[in-house]
Amino acid sequence: MLQISEEQNKEKEKQKKEIGKAYGKYAKQFTPKPKYFSNCVKAFLTGGIICVAALAVQNRLQAAGISEKDAGAFVTMGLVILAQLLTGLGIFDVIAKHAGAGVIVPITGFANSMVAPAIEFKKEGPVLGVGSKLFTVAGPVLVCGISAATVTGIIYWFIEKF
Amino acid sequence: MEYIWAFVIGGIWCVIGQILMDGTKLTAPRILVIFVVTGVVLQALDLYQPLVDLAGNGATVPLPGFGYNLAKGAMEGAKKGFLEAVTGPVNVTAAGVAAAITFGYIVSLFFSPKSPKR
Repeated sequence: MLQISEEQNKEKEKQKKEIGKAYGKYAKQFTPKPKYFSNCVKAFLTGGIICVAALAVQNRLQAAGISEKDAGAFVTMGLVILAQLLTGLGIFDVIAKHAGAGVIVPITGFANSMVAPAIEFKKEGPVLGVGSKLFTVAGPVLVCGISAATVTGIIYWFIEKF
Repeated sequence: MEYIWAFVIGGIWCVIGQILMDGTKLTAPRILVIFVVTGVVLQALDLYQPLVDLAGNGATVPLPGFGYNLAKGAMEGAKKGFLEAVTGPVNVTAAGVAAAITFGYIVSLFFSPKSPKR
């Protein structure tokens, strides 16, 4: 009796799996395929425009007598603040829907990734809500980036020393 | 000419990001991490500086440029001493990170979540 029921169970599981597979195929027909080419063109254009605008501001600042390093810092701060303001106003999402990676890959995406989750968790309070959720995406980026760079620095120090 | 290179290099980084977003199941935070660490590694191998010389902000504004700045700070600090090698990365990027945290905090406290517009 036991053996028979086990066999039945196995058959039932097989059937379930087949139904699952068939459903997956069926559902795939209706999931929209990403438009690879047009998305890439949009990302290329917006990303390029942001970089050119940044370069134009940088050149203007340098022409006004600010050192290259300081001008770079000002440009970065400007882009970050602009992106965060647009995120707060809800405009960034509208742009990102069309531009995709064009606004996510530049530093504007990093700025957006801080504010977007923080706003959503406002109800949990200014410390544990906003304060901690600012780092849901920025945290991993800063942790991995700074760790990798610090290790690089120490390796270079070793090479320099010996 | 500098502007054309800035446009092209900045655009190419974004296209790579778009392909990663559409073509793989990687989530956005992972893509951002990959980009920053890529920048660090490329600069550690002395490969990113030529790109910055060529394209200026086209190479520094995308996230690999953030990694480039981190690594550059570390490498310049390493010439001075051990402590500078450790403080270098944060030191160089401090302005951007501090602005992002402070202004991000103010914006998040000031604005309320918007329902998505269609």
